[in-house]
Amino acid sequence: MSSINLDQLYRRVIMDHYKNPRNKGEIADGGLTIDMNNPTCGDRIHLTMQVEDGIVQDAKFDGEGCSISMASASMMTQTIKGKSVEDAVRMSKAFSDMMLGKELDEDLDLGDIEALSGVSQFPARIKCATLAWKAMEKGVDSDVNPN
Amino acid sequence: MITKDIKKRFPILDQQVNGHPLVYLDSGATSQKPDVVIEAIKRYYENDNSNVHRGVHTLGNRATDEYEGARQKVADFINASSVQEVIFTRGTTTSINTVAQSYGRANVSEGDEIVITMMEHHSNIIPWQQLAKETGATLKYVDLEDDGTLSLDKVEETITDKTKIVSVMYVSNVLGTKNPVKEIAEIAHRHGAVMVVDGAQAAPHLKVDVQDLDCDFFAFSGHKMCGPTGIGVLYGKKALLEDMEPVEFGGEMIDFVGLYESTWKELPWKFEGGTPIIAGAIGLGAAIDFLQEIGLDNIDRHEKHLAAYAMEKMSEIDGLTIYGPADPDLRAGIVTFNLDGVHPHDVATVLDMNGIAVRAGHHCAQPLMKRLGATATARASFYVYNTEEDVDRLADGLRIAKEYFSDVIH
Repeated sequence: MSSINLDQLYRRVIMDHYKNPRNKGEIADGGLTIDMNNPTCGDRIHLTMQVEDGIVQDAKFDGEGCSISMASASMMTQTIKGKSVEDAVRMSKAFSDMMLGKELDEDLDLGDIEALSGVSQFPARIKCATLAWKAMEKGVDSDVNPN
Repeated sequence: MITKDIKKRFPILDQQVNGHPLVYLDSGATSQKPDVVIEAIKRYYENDNSNVHRGVHTLGNRATDEYEGARQKVADFINASSVQEVIFTRGTTTSINTVAQSYGRANVSEGDEIVITMMEHHSNIIPWQQLAKETGATLKYVDLEDDGTLSLDKVEETITDKTKIVSVMYVSNVLGTKNPVKEIAEIAHRHGAVMVVDGAQAAPHLKVDVQDLDCDFFAFSGHKMCGPTGIGVLYGKKALLEDMEPVEFGGEMIDFVGLYESTWKELPWKFEGGTPIIAGAIGLGAAIDFLQEIGLDNIDRHEKHLAAYAMEKMSEIDGLTIYGPADPDLRAGIVTFNLDGVHPHDVATVLDMNGIAVRAGHHCAQPLMKRLGATATARASFYVYNTEEDVDRLADGLRIAKEYFSDVIH
């Protein structure tokens, strides 16, 4: 039998975020808006963020995709709210490392997000999990370095 | 008659994936390769490897004979009237781009029209978008019917005397629909347009006769028909190809090179710049021998049977939607579906954990997905090596997926 099984991917907390997404919707009054696709499979995220004084005041997402991409977006928005942009980007890097199966820094608490660590066992699904984080990074980068 | 023994000809199928015997249902993306194709490539590299059309030496002659022999096999396979009408390319995408860049740039100008359909693969959309942008021509789409077929009346309404190129897929990679390309070619010709057929999903599965279809160009890939990746074919009518300029310039394709001017080889070599895909062509030749030994009519019948069987088995599952024509006679061995409430990626992961390989996503047909109102779908595609047991395993796998996600299905 194989050593990996579905329950490592579809942890209970992930399915909870998929079924009851947090921060679903759109921030109306023109904060940062990022649209990103996963061109290989058609996953799509529409992320809006309100950043003031270097702090992510609010974040909402909309979009279409599999359980992993939507749950990851839900967890991501929940986690970065109230954090500084630097911390949000640091968490995004940590999340990418986690997808590569690397050990996390002791002092970094990703909370619910650590439930996604099993995705590293499913290489085809890593891009689903990182989509929302990539969108967030793109958004804060455009805020810091506007064209 | 196709028996289960044929599976044994495909070494890769004899393996366990995630603890289960592999069921490969992704031949629409790429087919598996039979022993004879793998051996032909190995034999070539072990005995005859050399560059073609230039060696005085024995190996060079052998390689050239085998490469040109493969071209003859392709010509016979699609019933081209001359071997000069068969150009080796990298695949369907390169073949269609060659038509767009060579024939298209020379014959399409502002105010002209290019007609395609709403069900096309990206490789039969984007080359025409680019050509339309470059030339100022208009790109027009024939919509599909709700049952996933094309209406000839709508084709008739869309093609006008301004239409210069009509390009349609023979078999849909998503809906499985077999399109009436012969009838569409007749309409195109009546308006003075040329007819391009994207045969990527047709050549592996049904008997293709380019003279009977009376298409002007026909494109297909080797890797979907038991051949290796990296080799494909562009068929074109000789009279058209002779007037067309090459799109790649360099070695192999030249007649005479001066400091400021050069001339090209005759057909088909003027379109084959650089060292060609020699081993790929030889592998494709072996694949054609293999398919013809089985018989394309037998393959077509076998897949149609499997698709009908799959549609019957899958329709027993509540909440499962099947896209494309309901009548198996209108389709090839492709069944695209969605399980209500479960994203196709999740379905595909559950199936994979049960040893079953299917495709999930937009299948390189985003405009069609939008038309179907789906962002993504899952697809099972069958080939000569698939069996009724494979379909049973798929149906069982779908029940497992449904059960696994029952908590989140609203």
